[in-house]
Amino acid sequence: MTDTAPAAITTRDLRKTYRSARGDVEAVRGVDLNVPSGEFFGLLGPNGAGKSTTIGMLTTLVAPTGGTALVAGHDVAKDPVGVKRRIGVVTQTNTLDMQLTVAENLEFRSRFFGLSAGQARKRAAQLIDAFGLGDRRKAMATQLSGGQARRLMIARALVHKPEVLFLDEPTAALDPQTRVNLWNILQVLHDQGQTVLLTTHYMEEAEELCDRIAVVDHGTVLAEGTVDELKQDAGAETVVTVRFEEQIKPDFPERMGLTARSSVSSAETDGDQIRVFSSEPEGLLGDLVEMGTREGLHVRDATQTKPSLETVFLALTGREYRE
Amino acid sequence: MATVTTPGQKAGGAPGGERIATASIAALINDAIVPKPSLRKTFAAMMAREFRVLARNAITTFVRSVMQPFLFVFVFAYVLPKIGGGMMVAGGSGGHGAPGGGVNFATILVPGLMASMLLMQGIMGTTMPLVMEFGYQRTIEDRALAPVPLGLLGIQKILAGAVQSFIGALIVFPIVLLVHAPGQAPHVDVTNWAVFAVVMVFGSTMTSSLGMLLGTLLDPRKMQVLFAVVLLPLTMLGCVYYPWSALSAIKWLQIVTLVNPMVYMAEGLRAVLTPSMHHMPLWAVFLALIGGTLLFGTLGIRTFRNRVVN
Repeated sequence: MTDTAPAAITTRDLRKTYRSARGDVEAVRGVDLNVPSGEFFGLLGPNGAGKSTTIGMLTTLVAPTGGTALVAGHDVAKDPVGVKRRIGVVTQTNTLDMQLTVAENLEFRSRFFGLSAGQARKRAAQLIDAFGLGDRRKAMATQLSGGQARRLMIARALVHKPEVLFLDEPTAALDPQTRVNLWNILQVLHDQGQTVLLTTHYMEEAEELCDRIAVVDHGTVLAEGTVDELKQDAGAETVVTVRFEEQIKPDFPERMGLTARSSVSSAETDGDQIRVFSSEPEGLLGDLVEMGTREGLHVRDATQTKPSLETVFLALTGREYRE
Repeated sequence: MATVTTPGQKAGGAPGGERIATASIAALINDAIVPKPSLRKTFAAMMAREFRVLARNAITTFVRSVMQPFLFVFVFAYVLPKIGGGMMVAGGSGGHGAPGGGVNFATILVPGLMASMLLMQGIMGTTMPLVMEFGYQRTIEDRALAPVPLGLLGIQKILAGAVQSFIGALIVFPIVLLVHAPGQAPHVDVTNWAVFAVVMVFGSTMTSSLGMLLGTLLDPRKMQVLFAVVLLPLTMLGCVYYPWSALSAIKWLQIVTLVNPMVYMAEGLRAVLTPSMHHMPLWAVFLALIGGTLLFGTLGIRTFRNRVVN
């Protein structure tokens, strides 16, 4: 992927307001995205942040009320059929055709996209083998486990070799084994150049899979970039903890001038340990050890915890309950 | 010390012991046939899917379709004549029902019963799948993502319902010919195949269009309303058991029933199957059936599109 790669997804001031007698709800309030072809892009946000509505608009299943969105070069509002020809979608809920078998789900989806009956059978067989569903070929979609259904949904989204693959919380409610296996599948697809837009609220999923991430909340993009960029830019801090053999006096941080440092947002003592939160932690650990030695304290152990995507996420979106 | 057993661990192994080969996944992208969808191909594939499901559910669909006309005919053309239900015979009264005299009730019942089946199967065949597809899981999104405009998807669903309605109405014929008391066989004959075809085609598409409208308007949790407020009144006041002209004795009811689309189906079939009986003029029947199809179809597709994208 390069900076010159054509955009697979471009949105400008994309908006969605749900109107009802009980009042309007602004689900998406002006989202700007630019996802180059071949990128694995993540939309990360808490429940109700607007992720699914955004993906719904990009996949033509939700009508935007403002702004524009181009997917694979086609406007979602003006040319929804052109968009649908070029995308594969795995929705949050199980939308398999429950009246059909596993093989039929894939065959008919292939035929919807213009394959002949013979070509559709071949494509279905290829997908069934690739996704390890061989022994469930004739099972009805209603008889599949959660993991099998999810694999079939991903397989179904790939029948027509889509330019952009949309995954709306694809691993929600799956067991860890199934989740890791799905990650492997998605990684292989990405390695083959597949453009993917994933929504999730699993930090490790976004960190593991995504080239770039946009953190969304209350219908807007709060931050966007690679995981490292987000950690640097989003105000998340490294935590330096030093534990001493002796108890620490509560005024230690103030006396040592820690609280006066602009890079330190807070410093707290707790019995024999001190925790310092800093956006510029270079040299801080050594400083703390030296300060302790000057006070006659003996270091037992020390740790430095780098900011994680989770701390970035919480720094951006806050800690209050959602929904 | 705890003992740890690792059952069947394998790289890339899927749960349940299936193996997912990364090379196969990669091949899905590299070896895929580039599809060339067209509206015609997609529409045909969607209809093929409907017929596959219909064939799979053939027995239950057949039983559902047969039970209502069978019971009607059994009671009205067999049980009542057997137990002396002479009052059910309309012939010879000199009334509007049978000006030629000698028309038994089974004969009157055939067009009405066919119209009833057109209505029931058309609405049920369209509304019930929609209710399920718009339910919690929104399985409608499976078809909504097919590369066709949503309006065409709506038309496809109306057509699929119309096929069920058409077949359901035709099932009435063998039942009425086989189930009746001695001497109570209906006297039916298709006197004009073109008119019969128009009434059947537009009757079935009108009812499935109505089914589309109802299926996209009604709250799935309140489906019992469909039976109590829609199907039952339409059927009971749809001129199944008497020709519309016979309602001249109750003028207000005769006028009110003109809003019932089933009346026009029953009267149209009466005109072509039992032409000796009084029936509405064909122009009125055609106007109502074609106009009803366009009206319900346009409204139904509009509400369908709104439900899908909002």
